[in-house]
Amino acid sequence: MGTTRAMAMLGAFALWAALAHGNAWLGVVNPVLLPTPVEVGRVGLDLARSGELARHVLTSLGRIAQGFGLAALAALTLGLLVGMCVPLRLMTEPVIEFVRPIPPLAFLPMFLVWFGLGEASKVAFIGYTTFFPMFVAITASVLRVDVVLLRAAASLGATRADLVRRVVLPAALPGIAVALRVGVGLALFVIVGAEFMGADAGLGNLIMEGRTFFNPAQIVMGALVLGLLGSLINTLLLAAERRLLRWRTAA
Amino acid sequence: MAQFLSSVPELMDAGLRGSRLPRGRALALRLGAVAAFLALWSLLSGAVVVLRLFNPIFLPGPWLVFGSLLDMAARGQLWIHLAATLERVALGFGTGAAVGVALGLAAGHLPPVRNVVEPVVELLRPIPPLAMLPMFIVWVGIGEASKVGFITYATFFPIFLTTVNGVRQIDPLLLRAAQSLGARGLGLFTRVILPAALPDILTGLRLGVALAFFVIVISEFIGAEHGLGYLINDGRNFFLVPQMLGAAVVLGLLGYAGNGLVRLLERRLTRWQHPA
Amino acid sequence: MTTAGGPKIQIQRVAKSFGAPGRAMEALGQIDLDVAERELVCLLGPSGCGKSTLLNIVAGFLAPTSGTVLVDGHPVSGPAPERGVVFQEYALFPWRTVTGNVEFGPLLQSRPAAERRRTVDRYLDLVGLRAHADKFPVQLSGGMKQRVAIARALANNPAVILMDEPFGALDAQTREVLQDELSRIQRVEHKTILFVTHSIREAVYLADRVVVMTSAPGRIKQIFPIKLPEVRDRFAPEFTQYESDITRVVREEVAKVQE
Repeated sequence: MGTTRAMAMLGAFALWAALAHGNAWLGVVNPVLLPTPVEVGRVGLDLARSGELARHVLTSLGRIAQGFGLAALAALTLGLLVGMCVPLRLMTEPVIEFVRPIPPLAFLPMFLVWFGLGEASKVAFIGYTTFFPMFVAITASVLRVDVVLLRAAASLGATRADLVRRVVLPAALPGIAVALRVGVGLALFVIVGAEFMGADAGLGNLIMEGRTFFNPAQIVMGALVLGLLGSLINTLLLAAERRLLRWRTAA
Repeated sequence: MAQFLSSVPELMDAGLRGSRLPRGRALALRLGAVAAFLALWSLLSGAVVVLRLFNPIFLPGPWLVFGSLLDMAARGQLWIHLAATLERVALGFGTGAAVGVALGLAAGHLPPVRNVVEPVVELLRPIPPLAMLPMFIVWVGIGEASKVGFITYATFFPIFLTTVNGVRQIDPLLLRAAQSLGARGLGLFTRVILPAALPDILTGLRLGVALAFFVIVISEFIGAEHGLGYLINDGRNFFLVPQMLGAAVVLGLLGYAGNGLVRLLERRLTRWQHPA
Repeated sequence: MTTAGGPKIQIQRVAKSFGAPGRAMEALGQIDLDVAERELVCLLGPSGCGKSTLLNIVAGFLAPTSGTVLVDGHPVSGPAPERGVVFQEYALFPWRTVTGNVEFGPLLQSRPAAERRRTVDRYLDLVGLRAHADKFPVQLSGGMKQRVAIARALANNPAVILMDEPFGALDAQTREVLQDELSRIQRVEHKTILFVTHSIREAVYLADRVVVMTSAPGRIKQIFPIKLPEVRDRFAPEFTQYESDITRVVREEVAKVQE
């Protein structure tokens, strides 16, 4: 992350404060439309104190966890199988090629039709959105495993099961880690959108409420919390990845 | 030959690699793959009807989807919605690209610009652009401007970031060589920095196009009367699933075409990278 | 189980063609070769003569188009721990430490941890890398990596060891050091080794017999038994004599390739 980035963000924050407060004082634009950090902070604190903020955050995180979790499991199993078996790959390729260009959000209303307005549709949608990119990336990682490593292991007595467990998986792990991280990022990206429609809780819903009740400060607060959450999760995942893959850059 | 357990590494060898196919065959395989998918889809939706698994309205066969599309096309409806979506994407992406490239070049090359713009970008970057959509609606109302503005905002970031990166990634050796040949200031910029950064810029544009199509749908769900996104969401009210799926497919095709266009541009402008 | 006294490796009428019938490229013509126990045989020849192909067939990575390979009297039908391999690209498992790599074979055979530790220690001592036991391959130089690869192959106690231009990726200095190492190891371990190289010097330094191969389709052109002492002097006149004799034969083949 670095101090330069932190300084940059502080700088941006200061800029925002200057613009917003300056505007409020000068009345250039309706001050409601340009909430100041103070106002945003106040909304945030109110929601935090009432426990509402926690509820929305946990709801969103819960949906992400479930949807992403299912998709990750499926992507891992299928990715490994398809990567190692040519006929399977030939069979799944048509499906992928067809579905890939269509933006996942275009299917959101479909999921609402299929699963109704409850939790299931959000979880299923997140699952669908994150599955394909992860599956493609994991398959690619498996395909990239250096054949010479497989030959070396076979010459040391490895059976097929040994090869998968002791060579393919560890060799593909860096790629798999990246795929998972991308999946989480994607989940965070679309959860807001999914929660704009037909949701009664969650950060997306919170943000949409800000629009319905003409409370831009709430919109900004929701967006900032989302950004913070995303950064945090990303940092944690990167740290975990670095520990797990110590062997890449051991010094 | 005997059970060649060279089948293990061999299978992995052939299975993992696959062979390089010539262009013609690859295309044929692609089309074959799509055909296979359509066949599978037809089979499934047919099975739903025959076996009475659930209300067939939830999984219409591909012929119903295409039929709905053709119907809308014939009545002229499809084009209206298609045009609406395309217009928003074109305007939004165009503006976002223009601002992104311009600002990116400036920020990449001139430290003072960078010091002002970068902090703002860093602050906004972790926030999913979708979260700002309601903000645009609050600011500019529910009309066209908010949609276009939102697309501009969303596409700006990847284009800006890749442009800055493109400029800053230039091998300093190239710059020194150019300078020792007499290049200065504007000349250096247009003849060395711009061409060298072009591949990255084009990649950013490709990402921007993809992102534009990615987010346009959701902005058309809320407060729109026209557009493919509107068609999809509107279909919810009367369970017009063929319409919903059809519009989604068209959207996919548009995105594919957009991507293809940028790739074409890439190949022409950066021919020096892939002489073939 | 050795067929007492019989050759360790028997390559019988092995031939290999690649590609569809009709457009097939014959890589190996008929090869007949026996390697005796404890012998180090070098396959030498210009690029494209099929020496690596032959090694891959003996290793079990490729199926011959015709003919058989027998090791200890058993036909080869795929890779197996009886035939250890040392690759030019080292092929160390990057996610495992030096110890982890060397004990891989015994680990697959479910040997108890204490026994594995003893094996690892023995072979790391043999190649002189005991001090680096806990390092990862990314921290090692090319020469060190190859020594780990040799230790790994030896630790699995194979009947034969196959080496495919193992020192090809190393610089000239390191290469000679490792040739010395291999020579020394061979004097201790007395393994049966089939060694592919395109360096005549290397072949004369290491081999008991040098098999010169022709260009595609690869066949055996001539076999040179090397009657030199176990510890060889690269500058001795006998050594140089062998070098020039073999060079002359190889030159003929190289000229043919260039036509």
